[in-house]
Amino acid sequence: MNLTLKVWRQNGPSDEGRMVTYKVEDVSPDMSFLEMLDVLNERLILEGDDPVAFDHDCREGICGMCGMVINGVAHGEQRATTTCQLHMRHFKDGDEVTIEPWRAAPFPVVKDLVVDRSAFDRIIQAGGFISVPAGSAPDAHSVPVKKEDADAAFDAATCIGCGACVAACPNGSASLFTAAKITHLGLLPQGQPERDSRAKAMVEQMDLEGFGGCTNTGECTAVCPKGIPLDTIARMNADFLKASK
Amino acid sequence: MAVTGAILVLFLVGHMVGNLKSFFGADSFNHYAEWLRTVGTPAVPDRVLLTVIEIVLVVAVVLHMWSAVSLARRASQARPVKYAAKRKSQANGYATHTMRYGGVIIVLFVVWHLLDMTFGTVNPKGFDAEPFDRLVAGFDPSRWWVTLFYVVAMVMVGLHLRHGLWSAFQTLGLASGRSYGKLKATAALVSLVLVVGFLSVPVGVMIGVIK
Repeated sequence: MNLTLKVWRQNGPSDEGRMVTYKVEDVSPDMSFLEMLDVLNERLILEGDDPVAFDHDCREGICGMCGMVINGVAHGEQRATTTCQLHMRHFKDGDEVTIEPWRAAPFPVVKDLVVDRSAFDRIIQAGGFISVPAGSAPDAHSVPVKKEDADAAFDAATCIGCGACVAACPNGSASLFTAAKITHLGLLPQGQPERDSRAKAMVEQMDLEGFGGCTNTGECTAVCPKGIPLDTIARMNADFLKASK
Repeated sequence: MAVTGAILVLFLVGHMVGNLKSFFGADSFNHYAEWLRTVGTPAVPDRVLLTVIEIVLVVAVVLHMWSAVSLARRASQARPVKYAAKRKSQANGYATHTMRYGGVIIVLFVVWHLLDMTFGTVNPKGFDAEPFDRLVAGFDPSRWWVTLFYVVAMVMVGLHLRHGLWSAFQTLGLASGRSYGKLKATAALVSLVLVVGFLSVPVGVMIGVIK
């Protein structure tokens, strides 16, 4: 099939950037979205043009590197899917596809579709860890964890930090990401000693980075490739309020 | 947003119930209006409790608006470059997208409503008339545009609460995985009851049930 792509091109952080239209022909429905971009890039290289820069790594939907807003939806319209796992069979011959980077002030564009997500790293550094005594591994089951807590903690821990929640949020808030980390550590016994200080430090770092505030629109969880639930944000708010008392 | 919103919702419930007195005739409604001014007497002078409530409400409204404006400002600072493609909502929350402009419509309505029913400035009967006469004159069929504005504003209040009610529980960290269904259903029900309750009065005046 043949597609018309409108792609955001930006030479560097200080470049103004613009949308550029490309025709891509003979796209196989079995290609992933990234493979389709590879086809475009091979042609651009042959023509002596600069290939479209985009982040990617595992191409298995688990690393969180690939991220782009496709036709106004982070990772495209297919639910619970990263861009690399989105296949071209979900598009029709002759479709026009708009491709943009994540748009948020704390995620400055590095080049084309690549954004700098170091802001997430700094939120993690602010408190997204547990301090454990080093030594040999503890015995299994020496610290019992309730099944429901283990499940909910694991659900939150599936966050791959891709940033789709920020890209989709009308407020540019990073609440779902931060809440996922706070939930995954806060539900387990190992996370209890630092639970309050963690919530406070991570939320404060999130605000410091310039992310917007949460107004509970639910857009984040709808586009999250891992389906992180909205109740993680309620848990973050509860921990933060408790820590602020 | 959550705490000030909760105060305003409690006020709306009381206001709606009070409005329904108009179905029991002029005396019942006027007596209720009088009671609002004398409640607490003689322990405290007339109007003291009412004034306290008025101050709490004004403070709640101002803080609610201040929170909304700061959230909107933070949102625009967080996304200086907008998306070229129209952002497609994935969360199916119509009410959610009415919050900001709906809030502006509601505040304009509140200003009109106070000038109409409290101060009587824009009411045909004026300030000196009995509350019930102001009510009936205000929603006279010849002033259909006032009633229309009232209907639009009440629908906006309903949508505002449809999102705002459950959202307040979320903000205060009181929601959990299992409670979303119940919270959202309660939000929808409370919003619906309030909208129907508030609209029953102008409709009652229009069709002559309240006269």
